[in-house]
Amino acid sequence: MNPLRALRPSSPLPGWGLAAGITLSMLSLVVLLPIGALLLRAAQVGPADLWAMIARPRTTAALLLSFRAALVAALFNLVFGLALAWVLVRYRFPGRRLIDAAVDLPFALPTAVAGIALTALYAPNGALGAPLLQWFGLRVAYTEIGIWIALVFVGLPFVVRTVQPVIQEIETEIEEVSATLGASRLTTLRRVVLPMLLPALLTGFALALARAVGEYGSVIFIAGNLPGVTEIAPLLIVIRLEEFDYDGAVAIAMAMLAISFALLLLINLIQVWSRRMTAEA
Amino acid sequence: MTVASPHLLWTPPRFRARTGPTEEPRWVRILLTAIVLAVLAVLLLAPLAAVLAEALGQGWRVALASLGEHDARAAIRLTLTVAAIAVPLNAVFGIAAAWLITKYHWRGKALLLTLIDLPFSVSPVVAGLCVVLLFGAHSALGGWLVAHGFPVVFAVPGIVLATMFITFPFVARELVPLMTEQGKAEEEAALTLGASGWRMFLTVTLPKIRWALLYGVLLSNARAMGEFGAVAVVSGKIRGQTATMPIMIEMLYNEYLSVAAFSMAALLAMLALVTLGLKTALEWRHADQLAATARH
Repeated sequence: MNPLRALRPSSPLPGWGLAAGITLSMLSLVVLLPIGALLLRAAQVGPADLWAMIARPRTTAALLLSFRAALVAALFNLVFGLALAWVLVRYRFPGRRLIDAAVDLPFALPTAVAGIALTALYAPNGALGAPLLQWFGLRVAYTEIGIWIALVFVGLPFVVRTVQPVIQEIETEIEEVSATLGASRLTTLRRVVLPMLLPALLTGFALALARAVGEYGSVIFIAGNLPGVTEIAPLLIVIRLEEFDYDGAVAIAMAMLAISFALLLLINLIQVWSRRMTAEA
Repeated sequence: MTVASPHLLWTPPRFRARTGPTEEPRWVRILLTAIVLAVLAVLLLAPLAAVLAEALGQGWRVALASLGEHDARAAIRLTLTVAAIAVPLNAVFGIAAAWLITKYHWRGKALLLTLIDLPFSVSPVVAGLCVVLLFGAHSALGGWLVAHGFPVVFAVPGIVLATMFITFPFVARELVPLMTEQGKAEEEAALTLGASGWRMFLTVTLPKIRWALLYGVLLSNARAMGEFGAVAVVSGKIRGQTATMPIMIEMLYNEYLSVAAFSMAALLAMLALVTLGLKTALEWRHADQLAATARH
């Protein structure tokens, strides 16, 4: 009769059928069927044609740019996020809780707002762009550096929010022991504290990277969108759709999905490996 | 916590170090704090200030007038409508999914969790593309729907679907850790005492999860009202009809209507600040009833 009945676990709590019905129907309608439509279309086009479309110079350049810029931004956020989390947990200064709350601003601020705000700031006549250009000859808006800045902005909270709770839970006794045994503060941080934070750091890095690779709204205003130079992969998908080149859009989307999942898999493997290393040590 | 041994409680003044064994030298602390604050000022504070400065560049009257124009009002109305549909639906889904995951033992739980998280690793533009491929006029399903007078893509239903895709994990992700922690003993007790299923849910479960639910709704609402990439693909950007506030910002900006674009942006920035304020208040006052205070 009802296929969900067969799965129903023996529990006195009611609501299994209702909850399972709502969950499965909404998950299917909102997430699974649309993604299935993408995969189906990709299968209809076939791997050879998909590859041919991905190998076009403009597409390759866009994909490379998206991943390179995402990597640069995620690496910056890895280092800065660690420093920020450390300062927020361990140091005391006026306004600390306010700063702590402000770290989530990139989650709350719509990406289009961030995009035009950053562009206004870093444009050649902007409040920060003008001095940078005059004093250092550095163009930020409409170059790849502008893309980095937008991606650093959207990825900022990830590393902080994954590492912060772990730092809070470190028992300072462990650091005391290390100091008692004669380690300098730097050695303690490097050999004792950092290994404990490594899994959380990698998780935060992966989240920031995944977010940055697919980011669209905050980037397209500041990027300049010159084909082959500052045109990111998500924008090229939008352009292909506007040309009604659905297969071209599908090819780029599949490449992005494949590379994202490969990266996430790699980071998961590194995490498993680092956990094994710390367990052995 | 370990109890400090007596000799650690008292150190002769002669041997007291200026820096404790678990802290960095004073100059390092000051330097690091200064660097971090300076970077945050450039990265977070400056863009916010830029939005306000650009919006109010010609006085607040001009800014307000631009928000009162017909298309701007339509965009605000559409954004509110989309959020009012997408956010409650996602809340219902989040509660149902969390109930399934935390109250029963069954195979496939891990798979369900993975599928719920899937939208986090998909680019918003790809999400929009997926909706277009499924419901676009050229697809079998989309064509049939258009023929029956219910277009999805380039219309409000598509915007709602794309928004729901993007905000899908928010509520469930807040509820699952909390409800796992809470277990199901209290629900079972309520049933034993004769409560009906709904009564148990409304008087036992809901009060326990209300703050976490509100937290998740708050986050998904902020994201829903601000979503740009996914909506840009499905909306068709018809002024006054399918242009949400973020889409309107893009259109105005590209037409060099700077004050109008930044006024709309300032309105959304204020929404973001209110969201942050409420979220922080929840974290401070109800930390024990939010499983995920220090997370996302």
